[in-house]
Amino acid sequence: MLADLKVGESAILADLKLAPAVAEHLMNLGFVPGLVVKVLRSGPGGDPRVYRVDGTEVAMRRDLSQHIDVELIGVPAFGD
Amino acid sequence: MSCHAVAPTSESSTAYRTIAVIGPPNSGKTTLFNRLTKLRQKVGNFPGVTVEHHTGYIRDANGEEIALVDLPGVYSLNPKSEDEKVAVDVLTGNMPGMPVPDAVIVVLNSTNLHTHLVLAARVIALGMPTLVLLNMCDELRQQDGDVDVLSLARELGTPVALVSATTGEGLEAVENFLSSAAPRPEPVALPVIGSTRGYREWAVRVGAHAGYRRPATPVWTARLDALFLHRVWGPVIFAVVVIGVFQTIFALGQPLSNLFQKFLDATGAAIGHHLPTGMLQSLIINGVWKGTGSVLVFLPQILLLFLVIGILEDSGYLSRAAVIADRTMSRVGLNGKSFIPLLSAYACAVPAIMATRTIESKRDRIATILVAPFMTCSARLPVYTMVIAAFLPNHPLLGPFLGTRAVAMLGLYVLGFIMAVATARLLKSTVLKSKDAPFILEMPPYRWPLPASLGLRLVDRGKAFLYRAGTVIMLVSLLLWAATNFPMHHGQPPAVQDSVVAKLGHAIEPVIQPLGFDWKIGVGLVTSIAAREVIIATLGTLHGVDPESHAADLQTALHHELTPAGAVALLVFFAFAMQCMSTIAVVRRETNGWKWPALQFTYMTIVAYVAAFAAYHIVGHFWS
Repeated sequence: MLADLKVGESAILADLKLAPAVAEHLMNLGFVPGLVVKVLRSGPGGDPRVYRVDGTEVAMRRDLSQHIDVELIGVPAFGD
Repeated sequence: MSCHAVAPTSESSTAYRTIAVIGPPNSGKTTLFNRLTKLRQKVGNFPGVTVEHHTGYIRDANGEEIALVDLPGVYSLNPKSEDEKVAVDVLTGNMPGMPVPDAVIVVLNSTNLHTHLVLAARVIALGMPTLVLLNMCDELRQQDGDVDVLSLARELGTPVALVSATTGEGLEAVENFLSSAAPRPEPVALPVIGSTRGYREWAVRVGAHAGYRRPATPVWTARLDALFLHRVWGPVIFAVVVIGVFQTIFALGQPLSNLFQKFLDATGAAIGHHLPTGMLQSLIINGVWKGTGSVLVFLPQILLLFLVIGILEDSGYLSRAAVIADRTMSRVGLNGKSFIPLLSAYACAVPAIMATRTIESKRDRIATILVAPFMTCSARLPVYTMVIAAFLPNHPLLGPFLGTRAVAMLGLYVLGFIMAVATARLLKSTVLKSKDAPFILEMPPYRWPLPASLGLRLVDRGKAFLYRAGTVIMLVSLLLWAATNFPMHHGQPPAVQDSVVAKLGHAIEPVIQPLGFDWKIGVGLVTSIAAREVIIATLGTLHGVDPESHAADLQTALHHELTPAGAVALLVFFAFAMQCMSTIAVVRRETNGWKWPALQFTYMTIVAYVAAFAAYHIVGHFWS
């Protein structure tokens, strides 16, 4: 899952196991399955962290990122 | 003939009357809207919802006036969220009281095209004449990005233009659009699949066809983030910024407000001079002028706070500050975005409550509004100072720096803070519980704040405060004026102890007696609803002393009024009670109804009463 990635690592977004409204909001910001997500940096204390998807940088807490499944980097399905 | 020089056809007489402007957050929509309308705007709420909207006016080439309706910043047109439902309702003509728009302008951030095209697709699919503006084209170019506008226009079936709202570049496209009265867009192969992923795949494909090259992340953003979100320097800089904000409002705003107050008093006196002595003069000066003045004095602090917050917000630092503050705020059930408003509330709850607009989650925003007045605002200080000075001899505790009075003062600050935290926890675990409003925050790149854009917002906020809050405050101050000036006695206003307000004081005496207060304090409690510090002037009048010059006399007089336990109870009451009509008015305005301010006033009064009661009886045991 996304929360397990270390700062600087990238992966491909797979599944957003979140409440529909939350998943929708994240997808509107660019967190669409198939796109590459990179852990840019972490706030002091390690939470929240800042992620980048397709040029958009978004901060979220671990309580969300631990419900987002990712696949380790292969070939992105589309984009990037 | 160039392709742009399309002569207006006879059809252009059916020109656009109303045009909706829509765009995602961080698309620069507001800057563009302000630039196009040059601030010829009206602010209002959409009927039935708390979503605010601006309507601006521009003229087309024929001098005809066109209304531009600014829709809420949305990423999508999913009617599940209130903002997006408003946008859909306005666009489809289902918003009562709003004209059906003839056309729509979609503002997108050209540096973030893939994400933002998703909204364009959904708007274009509605089938209205549409103009797509790719904003921030200066940033796109600077960061080595590119897009072919003509190809994109072909893909979308609508006119597309690269513009920069900050420099004004490319905005003639809007004029062309207005005067061309473009036909309905040609049908294009827009995705019919409703899924966000489907739209996104489409956006990436369209972007590729239009030769879209995403700009590189500005190198300064990466550098500054490395510093501002650093595990050591991040919190240090955050602390410096926080202290800076606090100092600005406290050390700069307070004297400004005092100066403004002096000016208002002098003007009031000058006006009073020209009026015949009597009821009319009293009504105008003591009722209308002082009532309005009690609102106006907040203005310097409000503008100052919004200037500081505006700079932090526009520069991009506010998002980083929210990330830093989030860990601490999450412990009380709020998130990082509540931090700045709560901090500002130490100066004054009024601008703090207006500053909660940066919090997107409605529930978190209301929770922040509800706890903000517990923070020790500057209006409590004169009351605290007077009561503490009257009852507590100053003994040094830690050398010359910390005396008993300072400790008492500090204790009252802590008391307010603890109650704010407790209330936030209570709210977030009951009525305002929210599982579906997590902390998700877009981090925009750092930018230089634009003075013009900051200025426009200050004017906007200042106007909103004066118009909306002003009306309620006028009403309350007129009522209070009437209560102190009636019943008339041989055409003369009564002495305070014979007035309606004194009767009110006597009437509530049985209720406040358990707190150790007599009817005079009761009168002070009633009049201090206007503003907390008014109790000092009221008590001064009741004791026949001028509080300005005879502060010491008033302190002596207070000893006849209150036991030490009663004094503690009074302090506790003021720490918790919502004795401020400006705050009540602004909460009503920001929550668009009386429900929340009524609830808040009731809750805070009950808390204040119970706590003061407890304080009176506990302290009375040890110190009488």
